[in-house]
Amino acid sequence: METQQTSKHSDAAKQPDPMLVRPLQIHRIIKELGDTFSLILQPQDDDADFPFQPGQFNMLYVYGVGEVPISISGDPARRETLVHTTREVGTVTRAMRKLKVGDSLGVRGPYGKGWPVDKAENQDIVLLTGGIGLAPLRPMIHYLLTRREKYGRIVLLYGARTPEDILYRKDLEKWRSRFDLEMHLTVDHATGAWRGNVGVVTSLVSRSPFDPQNCIAMVCGPEIMMRFAVMELQKRGVADDRIYISMERNMKCGIGLCGHCQLGPTFVCKDGPVYCYVDIKDIFTKREM
Amino acid sequence: MTEITLPDKDVVVLERKNFQGLLDALSDSGYELLGPIVRDSAIVYERIHAVDELPVGWVDVCEPGKYRLVKEKKKTLFGCTIGSQSWRRFLHPPTSKLWEATRDGNGFKVIQPEPDQVKRALIGVRSCDLAALAIHDKILSQGQYIDHSYQERRRNLFVVAVNCVRPGGTCFCASMKTGPKATSGFDLALTEMYVSNRHYFIVEPGSKAGKKLVDKLPVRQPKESEIKAAQKELNKAASGMTRTIDSEHIGKLLNEKFDDPHWEAIAERCLACGNCTMVCPTCFCTNVEDSTDLTGQHAQRQRWWDSCFTVDYSYIHGGSIRTSVTSRYRQWMMHKLVYWQEQFGMSGCVGCGRCITWCPVGIDITEEARQLTVKE
Ligand SMILES: Cc1cc2nc3c(=O)[nH]c(=O)nc-3n(C[C@H](O)[C@H](O)[C@H](O)COP(=O)(O)OP(=O)(O)OC[C@H]3O[C@@H](n4cnc5c(N)ncnc54)[C@H](O)[C@@H]3O)c2cc1C
Ligand code: SF4
Ligand code: SF4
Ligand code: FES
Repeated sequence: METQQTSKHSDAAKQPDPMLVRPLQIHRIIKELGDTFSLILQPQDDDADFPFQPGQFNMLYVYGVGEVPISISGDPARRETLVHTTREVGTVTRAMRKLKVGDSLGVRGPYGKGWPVDKAENQDIVLLTGGIGLAPLRPMIHYLLTRREKYGRIVLLYGARTPEDILYRKDLEKWRSRFDLEMHLTVDHATGAWRGNVGVVTSLVSRSPFDPQNCIAMVCGPEIMMRFAVMELQKRGVADDRIYISMERNMKCGIGLCGHCQLGPTFVCKDGPVYCYVDIKDIFTKREM
Repeated sequence: MTEITLPDKDVVVLERKNFQGLLDALSDSGYELLGPIVRDSAIVYERIHAVDELPVGWVDVCEPGKYRLVKEKKKTLFGCTIGSQSWRRFLHPPTSKLWEATRDGNGFKVIQPEPDQVKRALIGVRSCDLAALAIHDKILSQGQYIDHSYQERRRNLFVVAVNCVRPGGTCFCASMKTGPKATSGFDLALTEMYVSNRHYFIVEPGSKAGKKLVDKLPVRQPKESEIKAAQKELNKAASGMTRTIDSEHIGKLLNEKFDDPHWEAIAERCLACGNCTMVCPTCFCTNVEDSTDLTGQHAQRQRWWDSCFTVDYSYIHGGSIRTSVTSRYRQWMMHKLVYWQEQFGMSGCVGCGRCITWCPVGIDITEEARQLTVKE
C-alpha cells in the first residue's frame, strides 16, 4: 500500500536528510575554564548564516567518536558564526576538547524550543543559573540587551562552585558595568580575594529586585538546583506559568525519532529543552520519570 | 461490538490452487516477496518465492511466556496468526548504516548511502500489524523531521493483508479497535476459507495497485453464501478473544497510577530483558554509534534498535534517569498506553499480543493494566 505521505508531505520529503551532519570548521577556540571551552565555528566554503532562537541546541559530531547535544551560546544577532561552550565530562566532549583550530566538527540543528522571547516583553526578567547553565542563557541575555527598551528590570543571578569556575568573566564584567542589568554572583566556596556572596544561587532570589507579578523567570542548571529555584520563585509569588526551565535528557537524534529524550508525554528535543514550568510541573517532580 | 462485514463491491474469489499466481504476479511486477515461514520452530518473516514455503498446515499456540507450533490436518496457508518478529524490520531495520564520512584534509566529507529502491511485497500482514505500520508512518514520515530511509522503503511497498479468522492466543486487537479484519492500509486483503474441504480466498482490493493486480489473476465472483461464511468467521474471531484493554479509558486511568505500588510487583518478575520491545511492532527507539576504521580515513554512523529497558537508554552525565526496573517497565507501559496518545494522537499498542507471548516470565500487559486500573 503506497501512502499519501509522498504528496501530503512533499515539502518535508524534499528536506535534506536530517540525520546528515554538516562539517563546519573551527575558526577559534576560547579556553573558558579548566574543563570548559568555546568553539567558534564557520563553514568551509559557502555563505555563513546560522539563525537560531536563544535556548536552542545543535547536535555536534566529533569525527568517528560520537554526537552530543550542545546549546548554542553565541549572540543571535551575529549569525555569521556559531558559538558553542562545552564542558568536558566524557567520551565525546573529551574528544571535542582535543580539536584544534582548522579542524572540522559535524553540526545538525538548530533544534528544540527556546526561551520565551515574546512572552517576556514588558516584563521584569529573572535569569537564574549555575555553572555551565549560563551557556544556554547567554544568547538570551544578548537578545534582551539588544532590545533593552522592550523589557523591564533584568536580574541575572549566577552561581559557580568557586570564583575560578565563573564562566564568561569578560561578559559578566561588561554586563556589571551597565546600569540596566542587575547582577548577583555567588560561589559555593570562596577562594582568594573573593568578597562577594557565598552560598547557593537560589538563596539570591528572595533579595532580588523584580516584580513577581510581572516577571518571567528563566532557569537553567542541574535539576536539583532548578527544583530549589522554582520553590524560591514560588515563595516570592511568581506564578508557575511565568517560570521557564531548560531540561536535559539523553539525545541520540535531536529530532523526535529515537525516543531517548522522552520526559513523560513530551520529547525534550522537540517540546523542550525549554519548558514552561506550568506545563511539566506534574512530571518534573516525579522521580525516574 | 459492531458487526464485521465485507464490502459488496470489488470482492473476488481466488482458489487455493491459483495462489501461486498471486505470488508470481507480484514477482513479475518486480516485487521481492516477504512472508511467514517456519524457522527454529517459530514463525518468522523472510524472503519467499513459492506458496509451499509458507507455513502450510501449521497453527501457532500462544500463551503468556509460551509459544508452540502444531500441525493440523487442514492445509491452511495462514493458519499461524502472527510471527515472533514484526514486519517493522523491513522498513526500520534492526541495524542500518545512516551515512559514511571520509577524511578530507583537516576536515571530512559526509557521504549519504544510496537510496533503498527495493520494491517489497509483504504477504500475510494482520490488521494489528497494519495499524502498527500506520503508527510508524505517522512517527517516522509525517512529523516535522522525516526518517528518510524509512520513507524510501515505505514508498515501494505492496501489502497483502490477511484477515484473522482465528485470533492468536494472546491477541486483543478487537478491544484496541485494530482488528481482526483489515480496514485500511492494504493493497489486497485476503480472508482464507477452509470449509468442507474447499480451500479458497476472498480477496478485497484496497488500492488501485491492488485492483490492477487482481485483474491479472484467475479470479471469479463470490457467491453470496461465500461472503456470508467469511463474515461469520471474522465475527467469530472478534468475539473469540479473551483478553481486552479498555482502550478508550486506559490512558486517563493509567496516568493517575504513576505512584501505584503495583509497578513494584511487576518489577519483581520483570527481567528487564527487553524482549517485549524487540517483538513489538510499534516500538521505534534507536541508538546510534559512530566509529572509524583502523586508518581513521573512513567513519560511519550505524543505527540499531534500542530498548527502554536498558539502563544506558536514559544515561546522562552523572547517571541514568531510570535506574530501577520499576521505572523502566513503567516507562514502557505508560508510553504505549498513555504518553503515545498525547504524542501522536493514537495508542502505542495495537493488541498483537507478541509482548505477552515472548516475555520469558509471561508478563501480560492486559492483565497488568487491569490490575493497575480496576483494583481498589
Ligand atoms: C539540550 C541540551 C543542551 C546541552 N547543552 C550543553 C552545553 O551547552 N554545554 C555542555 O557542556 N553540555 C551541554 N549539554 C550536556 C551534554 O550534551 C553532555 O555533557 C554530553 O552529552 C556528554 O557526552 P560525553 O560523551 O562527553 O559524556 P559521556 O558521559 O561519555 O556520555 C555518553 C553519552 O551519554 C549521553 N549523555 C551524557 N550526558 C548527557 C547529558 N547531560 N545530556 C544529554 N545526553 C547525555 C550522550 O549521548 C553521550 O554521548 C546539553 C544537553 C542537552 C540535552
Ligand atoms: S505492546 Fe505488546 S500487544 Fe501491544 S502492540 Fe506492542 S507487542 Fe503488541
Ligand atoms: S516485561 Fe517480560 S519481555 Fe518485557 S522486559 Fe520484562 S521480562 Fe522482558
Ligand atoms: S533526541 Fe531522539 S527523540 Fe528526542
